[in-house]
Amino acid sequence: MNWEVVIGLEIHTQLTTKSKLFSGAAVGFGAEPNTQTTLVDLGMPGALPVFNKEALRMAVMFGHSINAEIGMTSVFARKNYFYPDLPKGYQTSQMDHPIVGKGYLDVTLEDGTTSRIGITRAHLEEDAGKSLHEDFQGMTGIDLNRSSTPLLEIVSEPDIRSAKEAVAYVKMIHSIVTYLGICDGNMAEGSMRCDINISLRPKGQEEYGTRTEIKNVNSFRFIEKAIYTEIERQADILEDGGRIIQETRLYDPEKNETRSMRSKEDANDYRYFPCPDLLPIILTQEYVDGIKATLPELPSQKAERFQSEHKLSEYDANVLSSSRAMADYFEDTNKVVQDAKLSANWVMGELSKLLNQEQLEIQDSPVNASALGELLARVKDNTINGKTAKDVLQSMWNGEGSADEIIEAKGLKQVTDTGAIEAMIQTILDANATQVEQYRSADEDKQKKMIGFFVGQVMKASQGKANPSVVNPILARMLKG
Amino acid sequence: MSIDKEDVQKIAHLARLALAEEGVDQYQQSLSSILALVGEMQSVDTDGVEPLSNPLEMTQRLREDVVTEENRRKDFLANAPESEAGLFLVPKVID
Repeated sequence: MNWEVVIGLEIHTQLTTKSKLFSGAAVGFGAEPNTQTTLVDLGMPGALPVFNKEALRMAVMFGHSINAEIGMTSVFARKNYFYPDLPKGYQTSQMDHPIVGKGYLDVTLEDGTTSRIGITRAHLEEDAGKSLHEDFQGMTGIDLNRSSTPLLEIVSEPDIRSAKEAVAYVKMIHSIVTYLGICDGNMAEGSMRCDINISLRPKGQEEYGTRTEIKNVNSFRFIEKAIYTEIERQADILEDGGRIIQETRLYDPEKNETRSMRSKEDANDYRYFPCPDLLPIILTQEYVDGIKATLPELPSQKAERFQSEHKLSEYDANVLSSSRAMADYFEDTNKVVQDAKLSANWVMGELSKLLNQEQLEIQDSPVNASALGELLARVKDNTINGKTAKDVLQSMWNGEGSADEIIEAKGLKQVTDTGAIEAMIQTILDANATQVEQYRSADEDKQKKMIGFFVGQVMKASQGKANPSVVNPILARMLKG
Repeated sequence: MSIDKEDVQKIAHLARLALAEEGVDQYQQSLSSILALVGEMQSVDTDGVEPLSNPLEMTQRLREDVVTEENRRKDFLANAPESEAGLFLVPKVID
């Protein structure tokens, strides 16, 4: 059977506010347990929530960036369930009137195809605490630091048709929220977590199949692998004539399998109702427009500008604009060297290679953008060639000084003096008389291949400092005899 | 509209209330009479009326994003029946 995969994603992004969604406790990863909690976060009787202004601004900003309708009146609702890391017995969330309504994103895959993914809604809600199941005399430990941390849950339409498309979409959301500065994007620390709804249907069938939900996947790679695994599991069941059970599943990256957490039909009856402790949030058009005016250039806009202004290829433009830090680095480098293609090649090539080797983020690069720009300026004005420049970059990386200092100290300047190069070539031709004879008696096609030998000899004799664009024509002329 | 015993037990479970067998009948009756009243109200024509989420015609007050609370873990944990290593301890739960 030919199956079509249908995927919808719920992405929880943790907002970068200083304080919590409904209390004045600090938000932060890695603090001592229960040191960032208040009476409100602990759900003490009589403690009332007060809504964080900044979380509202961030949510509206996100709404603008996905072309969404902003909920001019939005309402908090209680989602009721019992779990010890949720002391109130309900999560304050939004149901019928979310802050961000329908929007969309255009997602480009590696092969260049673009598809439009609908976004149903994005709503504000509070996070729960954390349960630690290590053995505390057979009991569970509860840390409520994370409780009431602001989350924006971004819910997509079931518009995604492959694992690759899902990853591209999540990457795009990641890139947008980090561009906006509303989320730090740190997936390892749980700042962005993804629930994957997935079902199969025979190709051509209109009706959706029964779906399962894979909870809390927190890396791009795991999202892709979890989807592949779940597709395979569902296809196996369906092809054996079985039935998919609607349920919540967990992805185990070590075993690369998904397994059942609980059956959704039975356990979840959330009994949503409007939260009586919080009034509706009513926005003015002026407020909403004011936030729109503060939107930074978004990744897709940046990619377009890189193509039109810097004449970069679509691929280069997309790679460079995928993270704000990388885009800024590229632009700062280019400001110095004034050669976009050269800057792009080095940022995406040599620099990225060094960063990957040491697992560094570009903002932590030991060579900053203007330092790389100065190095590339020396390539552009032919002071050094590309090969030497790689060595200089390595020296800069090791903290040996600026490009100019290293070129000077190591005597790496290219020889462009034609007299000196002619003399060098003459010595080489004299020392390799047999090869010169062979070259002269060969036909033109062969000569083209044979000239490489002499170029190599010149480079060796000059210790890589001879400028190839000067060497080549002189060598060709002198070989003619 | 009335509810049966099973509904009562389900509601009790969702609210994590332990209900003695003899209590079920009583709750079935009182909950059903509440629902009967709601049923009466449902006969009112509400076409075109937006559901009301709050009777106060006001907008939510907003708080500046500043940290105003200090660490009061010691006080909070003092309220808990059991604690260890800064954590509240609860009967073991495995999801």
